[in-house]
Amino acid sequence: MKLSDYILYLLSGVFFGFVLVKSEVVSWFRIQEMFRFDDIHMYGIIGLAILVGMISIQIIKKTNAKDKDGNPITIPPKDPSQVKRYLIGGSLFGLGWALLGACPGPLFALLGTGISVMIIPILAAILGTYTYGFIRDYLPH
Amino acid sequence: MIELLYEPWPWYLAGPIIGIMVPLLFYIGNKAFGISSSFSHICAACDPAGVEFFKYDWRTGMWNLVFVVGIAIGGYLGGWIFMNPDPIAISDQTTQSLMNLGITDFSGLVPSELFNWNVLGSPTGLIVLVIGGFLVGFGTRYAGGCTSGHAISGLSNLQIASFIAVIGFFIGGLIMTYILLPLIL
Repeated sequence: MKLSDYILYLLSGVFFGFVLVKSEVVSWFRIQEMFRFDDIHMYGIIGLAILVGMISIQIIKKTNAKDKDGNPITIPPKDPSQVKRYLIGGSLFGLGWALLGACPGPLFALLGTGISVMIIPILAAILGTYTYGFIRDYLPH
Repeated sequence: MIELLYEPWPWYLAGPIIGIMVPLLFYIGNKAFGISSSFSHICAACDPAGVEFFKYDWRTGMWNLVFVVGIAIGGYLGGWIFMNPDPIAISDQTTQSLMNLGITDFSGLVPSELFNWNVLGSPTGLIVLVIGGFLVGFGTRYAGGCTSGHAISGLSNLQIASFIAVIGFFIGGLIMTYILLPLIL
């Protein structure tokens, strides 16, 4: 990969991290509010993000759009047959999301805002990921 | 205009901007928007026990690692340089529910009584930071994606798999919010 591509991914991340903070998606309080259905804030953000993503993907598919280097864009499907993994894995993720008040993107953004203790849940998440890889053959998928 | 850098953004502005990440990453280099794979790539780069699942060239995920470093820098800009000095304007009902759970500091992005180095010595702090983080990392890989990969990328592409995963996110989230969190805090 070219250095210029890395710079583009870095800048995309900077932009996304900035928006995550400004939209307060990184806030533990906003996640608590979402799971209590007390305000439209998080639902409005996720809903509109999906709407824009959906329209974009439709346009990409209809026009056979290419990426900036001229390669055809391929949008990988997710295997719908593994219901157990999505339901059980998703529920475990949800338990963590509501407890920690942050999903992976916000964890990195919060670390950047100066809350240094966020390195602990990031390391714990890496350990969780590693543990999954270690025992995945014994889990229902 | 400069105020926009300091002030919180309304959901109807922030939502579409986050949605733009999906076509942006496809355009830059045919990449599907997602964050949690970065945890896998870090595991694959270290892999002390030689786990089969992590036997791939982690450099293929380098773009994702660069992306999350960018997210942290964006967090620094948005939450430190251009910090919003006001408390988050969450709804009164949420504030009341959280006060009932014993939360008292509503001044920052996260409650300082749960997110500081000293709480690591307490059971509550350990549960929130360590078990919370572990569940996020374990669950996201088990489910094959997190909020960005499933809820946004996956639902944008009308994936049944992602729809099921998001239902799972809410099953877990609601159990935590209404049953477990009152016991933990």
